[in-house]
Amino acid sequence: MAKSEKQAYDEFIKGIWRENPVFVQVLGMCPMLAVTNSAINGVAMGLATCFVLVGSSFLVSLLKNLIPKQVRISCFIIIIATFVTVVDYSLLALVPAIHKELGAFIPLIVAKCLILGRQEAFASRNTIRMALIDALGMAAGFLIALVSLGAIREILGEGKLFGVPLFGDNFEPWVIMILPPGGFITLGFMLLFFNWFEEKKKRLDERAAAIEGSDI
Amino acid sequence: MSEQQQAAAEPSSNRLVGTLAVAGLISGVIIIAVYLATFDTIKENKARELREAVFRVLPGVKRMQRLVIKDRKLVVAHTEEKGEEPIYGGYDAAGKFVGYAIPSAGPGFQDTVSVLYGYQPAERLIVGMWILDSRETPGLGDKIYKDADFVANFDHLSVDPKIVAVKKGKKSKPNEIDAITGATISSKAVVRIINEGNGRWLSKLPEPGAEPLLDKVATAAPKAVDAEK
Repeated sequence: MAKSEKQAYDEFIKGIWRENPVFVQVLGMCPMLAVTNSAINGVAMGLATCFVLVGSSFLVSLLKNLIPKQVRISCFIIIIATFVTVVDYSLLALVPAIHKELGAFIPLIVAKCLILGRQEAFASRNTIRMALIDALGMAAGFLIALVSLGAIREILGEGKLFGVPLFGDNFEPWVIMILPPGGFITLGFMLLFFNWFEEKKKRLDERAAAIEGSDI
Repeated sequence: MSEQQQAAAEPSSNRLVGTLAVAGLISGVIIIAVYLATFDTIKENKARELREAVFRVLPGVKRMQRLVIKDRKLVVAHTEEKGEEPIYGGYDAAGKFVGYAIPSAGPGFQDTVSVLYGYQPAERLIVGMWILDSRETPGLGDKIYKDADFVANFDHLSVDPKIVAVKKGKKSKPNEIDAITGATISSKAVVRIINEGNGRWLSKLPEPGAEPLLDKVATAAPKAVDAEK
């Protein structure tokens, strides 16, 4: 029991940190760069992706024995596309303002390799429970990445966070940050940080191993 | 696994086609269901957005009705017909005509910009402007509706001889507006769209005082917009 809990926890954390879809796998870049000019857009895109990813992972895992492997990719795409259409219409009906901002990027969730990748690499080979945990972890990692990128760009580019002004009137917005180049610059720095952190950890591990080795 | 065994494990093509057909069928049914379930809300959202915009671009208006050109005359039309280009008449609490809300659209910096603007024929003035739909650059072009100073330009703006966008701070005549620094193309697009709307409509409007009368079934101002005023 304890072991399976530990494993489930591991699968969840993996999506947020060790295999973060954006910072480590560098997937889903197109909507990532385009919609993250404000934190709230990041939240909306993250939640939409979360719904699609969790829904499709559940179905794919449930139906994995019924789907012949020759047509599995087509089936995955049909499942994903259905969920995306549901999200598209629901957002349009419930929160038209947000749908307006995200515009063309909602239908494009279908083509996100992040989602198809999880179906092929994980959901189609694991139990429903594990597939759900993996999907939730990956979606959470994607959401965190989108929101942090959106927040940084909104703070620097508009002096606001979630639409609330943070600085006085004298703040001169750094407009480039909410334009496409700002997305690349911010993402570049975040990837730099993640890689630097990984490298540092690796070196520490190596040193620890070397010390242990010399003791023997 | 030998080659023969592998061949035996291969599912028949009927099964492959069948699986895809079933998946497509289920998916289609779900999509149609969601489309039907959300259709009314989406349509209503759009209608409400337009209704609220009419009351926003015409200050002092309490009721509105849909107007179309029929046989060269501007008449009230409550039901929609295909191919019509409606404008909206705004009336005050006493039922007196105040002004028209005219929709117009044209290319912006990135995509079509749809504008609704309020026009008072008696004084030949634009009294308000509202962007219905646009995909202008966030942070620059989207100031055409996010920048209160820019939107305020369209209050008491003369339409004669035509509206002109000038550099920010250079506005001196009643038919000029201050363009947004860094979003000149979007600012000029809004001006061009309104000028085009004027060109299309002003000559067709009846003489001031001869506007269509307020119908009994005219739409009242939504509470949310009414409270803002």
